[in-house]
Amino acid sequence: MSQSFTYTGTSDYIAAPDLMQTVNVAVQLSRPLLIKGEPGTGKTMLAQSIARGLEMPLIIWNVKSTTKAQDGLYIYDTVQRLYDGQFGDGDVSDIGRYIKMGKLGEAFAGDERVVLLIDEIDKADLEFPNDLLWELDQMEFTIPETRATVKAKQRPIVLITSNAEKELPDAFLRRCVFHYIEFPDEDMMERIVHVHVPQLDKRLLDLAIQAFYWLRDVPGLQKKPSTSELIDWVQALARGGVDPKEIAARLPFMGVLLKKDHDVDVAQRALSSGRRR
Amino acid sequence: MFTDFFFLLRFYGVPVTITEWLALMRALALGLAPASLDQFYAVARSILVKSEAYFDQYDQAFAAMFKGIETPPRIEDEVWEWLANPLEMPGLTDEERRLLAAAMEDLDLEALKRMFEERLAEQDEAHHGGNRWVGTGGTSPFGHSGFHPGGIRVGGESRGRSAVKVAGERRYRGYRTDQEVGVRQFELALRRLRQLSSRSEGVPDELDLDETIEETAGNAGRLSLVWRKSRKNAVKVLLLMDVGGSMHPYIRLCSQLFSAVNRSSHFKDLRFYYFHNCVYDWLYLDTSCSLSNAISTRRVLQELPSDTKLILVGDAAMAPSELMARDGIIWWGYGNDEPGIEWLRRLRGHFDHSVWLNTIPESDWEHTYGSVTIRKTREVFPMFELTVDGLTAATKKLMVRF
Repeated sequence: MSQSFTYTGTSDYIAAPDLMQTVNVAVQLSRPLLIKGEPGTGKTMLAQSIARGLEMPLIIWNVKSTTKAQDGLYIYDTVQRLYDGQFGDGDVSDIGRYIKMGKLGEAFAGDERVVLLIDEIDKADLEFPNDLLWELDQMEFTIPETRATVKAKQRPIVLITSNAEKELPDAFLRRCVFHYIEFPDEDMMERIVHVHVPQLDKRLLDLAIQAFYWLRDVPGLQKKPSTSELIDWVQALARGGVDPKEIAARLPFMGVLLKKDHDVDVAQRALSSGRRR
Repeated sequence: MFTDFFFLLRFYGVPVTITEWLALMRALALGLAPASLDQFYAVARSILVKSEAYFDQYDQAFAAMFKGIETPPRIEDEVWEWLANPLEMPGLTDEERRLLAAAMEDLDLEALKRMFEERLAEQDEAHHGGNRWVGTGGTSPFGHSGFHPGGIRVGGESRGRSAVKVAGERRYRGYRTDQEVGVRQFELALRRLRQLSSRSEGVPDELDLDETIEETAGNAGRLSLVWRKSRKNAVKVLLLMDVGGSMHPYIRLCSQLFSAVNRSSHFKDLRFYYFHNCVYDWLYLDTSCSLSNAISTRRVLQELPSDTKLILVGDAAMAPSELMARDGIIWWGYGNDEPGIEWLRRLRGHFDHSVWLNTIPESDWEHTYGSVTIRKTREVFPMFELTVDGLTAATKKLMVRF
């Protein structure tokens, strides 16, 4: 049965062969796939691509610094129940009506097999991944209020992304399959940009990519420009009708690539020193 | 016999566990790495290695395993045997066996072996090229969180190239951290530094149960919710780090602590400065310790309230004159009117809570170089060794009144 799910990438997402393979390993071993990589290497988009490639619905759980593991399972809306009790709306004795599934619960409860993306797990509290160990292992949890057990009919494909802001606990890591998305090289980048912006002057694209990698190598940048910024930038260049010759010399629309004053200064200095040489 | 790879990985410092090893065995049994070393490389790595920081060690172990360097020839032969006879692998269906056998015929073992040898030669050069401890080599050791790929360009994808070749290139050297204790443990220890603020600031976002019951009762049973302001951590931290020459062996340890402190977003205020061996009139803003980028120690004392927690990190091992004498500062020409010990006492006096974390293990404090100044410093500051346990003890000390 599981043999039939083989991910081979989709037309709008360029996946490296080893990444595809890792995805398939995770799917077949039914283990969560942990994806790490620099911002802008397409971690979140991978989930969308997998969902599309395997034709499964995608459920995204965006983790924030305040997110608790419990939020992903279910929420018991006691306040609503209290209100209903006072105003006599509905059947208050049926607690089940006030249990709202979280994203993880949703993924378990559905009849279909889904792709569940737990996005930016490192944003949450240090203990957050540990709190999900059992649920992700067994793909089930109990709701004490109703004594119901939510068990996944079809084990969802779980994808977890991390920006490495926090170290993840070992016990959690042991259960995952891990892939580190490297920053794409120039050829790969050209294909990626081409997928997003198909009609683009080849010369403009080449020069823009060259300038982009040059900029990333400038020492002292606080935040290096990433893929999404490059895509915005080439679009800006194309619409602005910039002469391709200008690109390397002047980096027009630099604000699209660099978001910090400090970085713009550093880049300007590197540009002018480069010109002198 | 294939288990040797497991031990080899552990030998190279990749923290592989049995759970993960069994998962790999399952993956192989499922036929996820059909008869190709390249695929085996990727599949095994995705299951066994959980941080890019260990990719380099994995590459080394992989190269060693399949090249036979630094491993007895017995293993090498057995590996080739294993490669040549995939049919003996357990848990394969007949269909898979047939496919495996067909695929193996395309694999030219002799060519592969030759390539191993070539790579071995190259690997040796790269290996002795130094640059083992990335993050300490040349660049500022306190720059940014341990293994962040800042500045390191990694080659492109490995499409169409042999896994062994890729492994030999050791492209992931830049991601190594070689952590002994780990940032996470430090982070956990630092969480003890928590002191909740009063309810006077912030937005009301917490349900006040007692008030809600009171109000609801007063409202003849009609629910009336009362919200209150939640309490936030109010701990302010000042971290002073020694970057003197004798601290070099501990740079990695210090940068781990630094990343942990830096990532601990729960502090209300966090400041860090550097000093060279001992604190005098100036504190430095970066590790180069030049007066052009420094702040007056007095100004820091004026700016920071006394309830700031002071953490000093250093080996406290210096020439006695640096601590006890006027103009004892190690830089000629800087000069200090007051001996270093006076500055230490002043710091101690200004802040209610302060600790000194010593990078030298506690057992050596009495008889290492600098034991005199360590003893003197201990008279001023409560001193703990810079380990997870030491840090935990230190954070306790920082939270109680003495």
